[in-house]
Amino acid sequence: MNALEIRGLSKSYGKGKQALSDVSLNIAEGSFFALLGPNGAGKSTLINILADIVHHESGSIHLLGRDLFKERGWCKRRLGVVPQEVAFDPFFSPREILRFSSGMFGVAPDEDWIEELLIRLELKAHAEKNTRQLSGGMRRRLLVAQALVHRPRVVVLDEPTAGVDVELRKRLWVFMQELNAAGTTVLLTTHYLEEAEELCDQVAIIDRGKLLMHRPMQALLADAAARLLRLKYNQPLTLNAEQLGALSRWRPRIDACSIDLAIPSNQTASSFHTVYTAAIETLGVPVDVAIVQEDLEDIFLRLTGDAHAGSL
Amino acid sequence: MQDRYNPRGAWTFFQRETRRFLRVKMQTIVAPALTAVMYLIVFRYAMGERHVPGLNVPYFEFLIPGLIMMAMLQNAFANTSSSLIASKVMNVHVFLLMAPLSSAEVVFAALAAATVRALIVAVVLLLVLFPFADIHVVHLWMILLYGICGSIIMGGIGMLSGMWAQRFDDMATISNFIILPLTFLSGVFYSVHQLPVFWQTINQFNPFFYLIDGFRYGFLGTGDSDPAKAAFVVCLATLLVVFCCWYAWRLGWKMKV
Ligand SMILES: Nc1ncnc2c1ncn2[C@@H]1O[C@H](COP(=O)(O)OP(=O)(O)OP(=O)(O)O)[C@@H](O)[C@H]1O
Ligand SMILES: [Mg+2]
Repeated sequence: MNALEIRGLSKSYGKGKQALSDVSLNIAEGSFFALLGPNGAGKSTLINILADIVHHESGSIHLLGRDLFKERGWCKRRLGVVPQEVAFDPFFSPREILRFSSGMFGVAPDEDWIEELLIRLELKAHAEKNTRQLSGGMRRRLLVAQALVHRPRVVVLDEPTAGVDVELRKRLWVFMQELNAAGTTVLLTTHYLEEAEELCDQVAIIDRGKLLMHRPMQALLADAAARLLRLKYNQPLTLNAEQLGALSRWRPRIDACSIDLAIPSNQTASSFHTVYTAAIETLGVPVDVAIVQEDLEDIFLRLTGDAHAGSL
Repeated sequence: MQDRYNPRGAWTFFQRETRRFLRVKMQTIVAPALTAVMYLIVFRYAMGERHVPGLNVPYFEFLIPGLIMMAMLQNAFANTSSSLIASKVMNVHVFLLMAPLSSAEVVFAALAAATVRALIVAVVLLLVLFPFADIHVVHLWMILLYGICGSIIMGGIGMLSGMWAQRFDDMATISNFIILPLTFLSGVFYSVHQLPVFWQTINQFNPFFYLIDGFRYGFLGTGDSDPAKAAFVVCLATLLVVFCCWYAWRLGWKMKV
């Protein structure tokens, strides 16, 4: 079953520009999903619609098979959301916040679970302080604990590790991986691409409210691992159907005067040669040749960069 | 089925709302009591032994129920309105929106907490003012009906104001320019019979006038308006306000973007 099934979701704030346009996305139950995108892409908008903080405009969302907008009570009890903005009631200590949040979700506070959350999120020493006395990173961790206190089956975290130091971030990752291994579906947004790479098995990129890509992380990384043959010509390239057909094996990607062709990863001496020969036969001799290797960051920048260039 | 209702959630939210004002007892309970005593002392000596024209009761006895009711109404309003606006400004209202509480549960818990605060203030005022004058109870049902309905109405208006306001300044505008004049000009300090005809007419449109008059009727056994008619209007107004709160919350009016 899909933990989340988003269909044609759109949202614009006031008369302003579109924050989400026609986003459709399936998130399988049990997956560890990264939602990536530059600032202002619409990630938080999507998450806030899930959390019932922001109205949606059109489209539908199903959570574990139920209509989120029609069966809010059922869905909310199975969903834990860590909002991007950190804020707490000023008159509660962390432990009280966890108890309170549990009660709000209709669950009798489970002291053992609260204790475990405090320990795992390294808040035990601060459990009885006032939240104002916590540091920024501690508050962020408390926000994570709060979203987990009613044991949701789907957890959505909007930049859970922003401002959390390196060591604690790694421990937070381990904790989230354990939750995921125990069957919890996790959706997170992050600006640390290595975080997504390390943790997530699915990745989607959105920009300017549009979903640009959704793939399994492994497939994406396999792409990234592949080396590209980049040929530069002195005039913009336009390929006809025949040329495209001849090169399609190497997934050609054209950017103005240059073309990238993927060199097969089973690297025998001949694989580079085969690609290069085919390219010259089809397109002629280039003015420059380079071999490039993309990582996740390059893919991210290429995808989101294109969208920006296209709209200028 | 079990997911349709969330009584524990409503109870938790109610506790939060009561805890908020109990944490700041000085401001929420002691201060209104002190204010009422001040009014009483000032008017005691300003008015002496005079009687209220048209009602034939000592001014002093007339004043006490009005002061109590005014404090109840103001505190019920303050509880819901300040909770919502403070939550919004601190951005913690998102936790209330995220929780699986129906609109009915949120409204019920918020108004119950406002009413509890109003009742605590009323009891404290009664105890404080008791030594100053004989306080009789003539119609207990009227006192309870008006006290509770008045608190619910004002808690509801406070809730709507809190939802509408986006800044503390908006809230201050409502409290100072709408709520304060209406409570002061509601006949706490005078009987309508003392007013010129023009102001008597204006008074007819002040909802606080009926609330305070009916509440006082319960103590004095006499008042400016017809008790049965006013009771009916008050019940109707209570239902209307509660319905507006329920509907506005359901829509997420001014709470969700
Ligand atoms: N309350 C709001 N009112 C008006 N516009 C808004 C509001 N919230 C967000 N936006 C706009 O909607 C767009 C998407 O914002 P959103 O917060 O969803 O981005 P994001 O992907 O979460 O970015 P970031 O990585 O910076 O958190 C932006 O253009 C933003 O300016
Ligand atoms: Mg965001």
